[in-house]
Amino acid sequence: MSFNMLVLTCLAYVILLFVVASAAERAASEGRAGWLRSPVIYTLSLSVYCTAWTFYGAVGFAARSGLEFMTIYLGPTLVFVGWWVLLRKLVRIGRENRVTSIADMISARYGKSNLLGVIVTLLCIAAGAPYIALQLQSIAQSFTVFVSDPEGASLAGNPTLIAFWVAIGLAFFTIVFGTRTLDANEQHPGVVTAIAVEAVVKLAALLAVGVFVVWFVAAGPSDILTRIDAQALPEWEIQPGRWTGLILLSAIAIICLPRMFQVTVVENTDDQHLATASWAFPLYLFLISLFVLPIAVIGMELMPAGSNPDMFVLTLPLYLGQDGLALLSFLGGFSAATSMVIVASLALATMVSNHIVVPLWLKVRAARNLDSGDMRLLVLSVRRLSISLVLGLGYLYYVITGGSGALAAIGLIAFVGVAQMLPALLGALFWRGASRTGAALGLVIGMGLWFYTLFLPSFGPGVFLSAQVMEGGLFGQSWLRPYSLFGLTTLDPLLHALFWSLLLNVLVFCLGSFLSFPSPMERVQGALFVNIYDRTGPARSWTRPVAEAEDLLPIAQRILGVSEGQNFFRAQAAVQGKQGFLPDITAEFLEALELKLSGSVGAATAHAMLAQSVGTAVVSVEDLMAVASETAQIMEYSAQLEAKSEELSRTARKLRDANEMLQKLSVQKDAFLSQISHELRTPMTSIRAFSEIMMDSDAMSPEERTHFAQIIHDESIRLTRLLDDLLDLSVLEHGQVQLNIGPVQLRELLDKAIRSSESVQASRKFRILRSRDPEGIEIVTDAGRLTQVFINILSNARKYCIADDPQMQIKVRERKGMVEVDFIDNGAGIPRDKQALIFEKFSRLTDSMQAGGAGLGLAICREIMHNLGGDIAYVPGQGGAAFRVSFPRVLTPRDASRKAARSQAEAAE
Amino acid sequence: MEKRVLVIEDEPNISEALRFILTRDGWKVDVSADGKSMLGVLQADPPDLLILDLMLPDLSGFDILKVLRAGDGTRELPVLMLTAKGQAADRVEAERLGVTRFMTKPFANAEVIAAVREMTAP
Repeated sequence: MSFNMLVLTCLAYVILLFVVASAAERAASEGRAGWLRSPVIYTLSLSVYCTAWTFYGAVGFAARSGLEFMTIYLGPTLVFVGWWVLLRKLVRIGRENRVTSIADMISARYGKSNLLGVIVTLLCIAAGAPYIALQLQSIAQSFTVFVSDPEGASLAGNPTLIAFWVAIGLAFFTIVFGTRTLDANEQHPGVVTAIAVEAVVKLAALLAVGVFVVWFVAAGPSDILTRIDAQALPEWEIQPGRWTGLILLSAIAIICLPRMFQVTVVENTDDQHLATASWAFPLYLFLISLFVLPIAVIGMELMPAGSNPDMFVLTLPLYLGQDGLALLSFLGGFSAATSMVIVASLALATMVSNHIVVPLWLKVRAARNLDSGDMRLLVLSVRRLSISLVLGLGYLYYVITGGSGALAAIGLIAFVGVAQMLPALLGALFWRGASRTGAALGLVIGMGLWFYTLFLPSFGPGVFLSAQVMEGGLFGQSWLRPYSLFGLTTLDPLLHALFWSLLLNVLVFCLGSFLSFPSPMERVQGALFVNIYDRTGPARSWTRPVAEAEDLLPIAQRILGVSEGQNFFRAQAAVQGKQGFLPDITAEFLEALELKLSGSVGAATAHAMLAQSVGTAVVSVEDLMAVASETAQIMEYSAQLEAKSEELSRTARKLRDANEMLQKLSVQKDAFLSQISHELRTPMTSIRAFSEIMMDSDAMSPEERTHFAQIIHDESIRLTRLLDDLLDLSVLEHGQVQLNIGPVQLRELLDKAIRSSESVQASRKFRILRSRDPEGIEIVTDAGRLTQVFINILSNARKYCIADDPQMQIKVRERKGMVEVDFIDNGAGIPRDKQALIFEKFSRLTDSMQAGGAGLGLAICREIMHNLGGDIAYVPGQGGAAFRVSFPRVLTPRDASRKAARSQAEAAE
Repeated sequence: MEKRVLVIEDEPNISEALRFILTRDGWKVDVSADGKSMLGVLQADPPDLLILDLMLPDLSGFDILKVLRAGDGTRELPVLMLTAKGQAADRVEAERLGVTRFMTKPFANAEVIAAVREMTAP
């Protein structure tokens, strides 16, 4: 079969799985997922335990070590048949506490300790890498074995490259499958359904190969048994110690493996499913292991010497020319590997994001005082990254170890790693004295020993541990040899590592728990976990009423408030057909009262209070624990309320400030309107008075007539100028002014301004002193507007400078890209107390009309200069009145736009 | 005897108009651009009528009115207040301070004359 064909088959199979998963997800979201939540699907999803190791490796295991492969199935079988009480408790606790992973479970039990969450997560990742490497290796091997086609040889002959692409494909697949949405319970009905389908495929494939081997290659069961006997090798003998160790190890693994925890606990929808699984899952294991030995034996008989027994399931049908069967077998192995990788990387990614990345992220955000914002996208991205990371680590392990080890050996390394969680997990379920310190110490010690005695050596000598360390021990201390710690030389490496790591783990865990003092949170969580079944539900009934209504009424009033308490009691009495406030103490009344009180203080507290008052029930430790946890919730809630109210008062303060500002603006507006009104009415008064005079006076000299007409004319011009100024100011203030920016020589502008201002009191002599040199600079600005400012200053000087020999000095200076033009006259200057006012609107210093303007001139100048990115200021202490006009030598639109912000800031002052 | 009126008004064109129409009506008109310098004159030798602008430099029309109403010789002096501000609150304030008549600018010459005559009628 061609390589490409094989790849296409795989793709088609994956697409099929994806369709199944999507359909299941849609069904689940539409609420018609009854069949999805059946015990059958649940049991089949548990078969994620059977990975490529089971599918391919078991036969290899059998070929190498005989019946020993059975231990891997016996452990889980014993747990499911004999100790499903443990699993039921695990599932119940997991569901009630919305546990999302094994790390979450352990951290929740030990006082919601994030430290433990991190330790467990790291351990699971370390143990997960070899296991995922195993799947990659087996898929890569199955590809190379299958393909004899030279056309794809470049790729087919390179298992590392195949493993690489498989890792990428699986990462993509898992991301698409498992991180489409974020579910608070971390349940993935689509994934579970796809896993169930894969469970059927791998079982069917293995059974098909088995049936073929037994009935078509051999001549039926009896023939096979004979052949098995004939194959018997010395190492087939049962070694009791190793058997015990391996059965124990696989029993631990079925509980502690992150992916098993995921399907058993997290994805569980009903604890009744465990009842079915307790016989159905062992049956599945039995079926899947049934033909391992026959396949191994026939493979050893028929296949050429030196063929890899791990691949017999695949190579045997191929060798015997059964291509169809071989393809089925290939898909079975593919299913086994993919289902493991998908679930394992999902479970690990959940841990990484929930226990490492998100807490870190929250801490960073809190440190920077930021809102936590929407976490969903972040969490999903972290999940996706974590999945890639986990698969990447698996691939790395595969590359570093060279992919040469037997499949079973790699799997067992992972088993010993996850087994380190057992003491903490069992303590969580059964020992209220177990403490966080003990769990953390035990985990760290066990993990360290596993690393040193098994994980690091598994890379082979010289990769992490040198051959010298392996032979002579760390620092040359022979008692520190990884494979014979403390001089224990009689055990094989696997059991040796299991023995020491678990032993010290348990010892340290117990010692740490005895010696440390658990926090209240740990105590509460411990009681809730260990006594999960003891807690009675809310439906507790009252049987032996003893207390009197007189005693209960004060309690109710204290909690509900006086009148509400009385009303409740009266209503209850009325229900019983009684007058007054005191109903009979019936069971119904007590239940109603408890319900009423629980609305205020929580169900557990209400129950405990009534139990005390009525005197019928003893308040149990569990009741108190529940009270404590309720109180904690209430405290948390009130803390939230406090934060909320603080926020509200902040908002109120902001609103008050805004309101004050609006009022201030409104007052300013009123004052402005009043001033405008005054400025408009004043010239109009003169115009009206003189026009009436001219209308009704017959005897009037021509001189008088001309004089009055002149006044009317002047006042009309004054009105027009006022309106022009107002419009100009409005445009400038709102930044709607169109600037006409272009290059110009400063000297030209000054010349023009001086010429224009000469018309003001033209009869007066007014000397202007200039320094021609610095005036020669080229500027880029709105020449017209700048000239307007210059004219205004010059005109004001001509009007107000009262010196006998009035003169003005104009100085130009350039500094850091800014041009400063100073206009200094030799008059009396502006009194200190008025200097701050002159740029305000309508701030004429003298109220005489001789000035001619409405007091808007300097206000307009200031607005113009702001629009030009500069400013105008009064410079005190220069002898006379001195104004400094400053502006950028080259005006860019950005400078101009700053103006808007500036005016707004001023308005707010 | 010729009746005397004092006009305190800082807008020269307006005081010129008032001078013209009052003179035409037979008044002897004195004009001042500020009230502060006039306070002494008013107390010592009160005219028959005072026409007072509200917005003045230094002392406002209100300030002057307050002083006048507190002085013995000027408590009953007829005062016509003219203002360009035209706000209702100013009228209320002026009446509280004891103004005789209150008119807003711009005014009709005939109305000013009518008011002046009415205020000084025996």
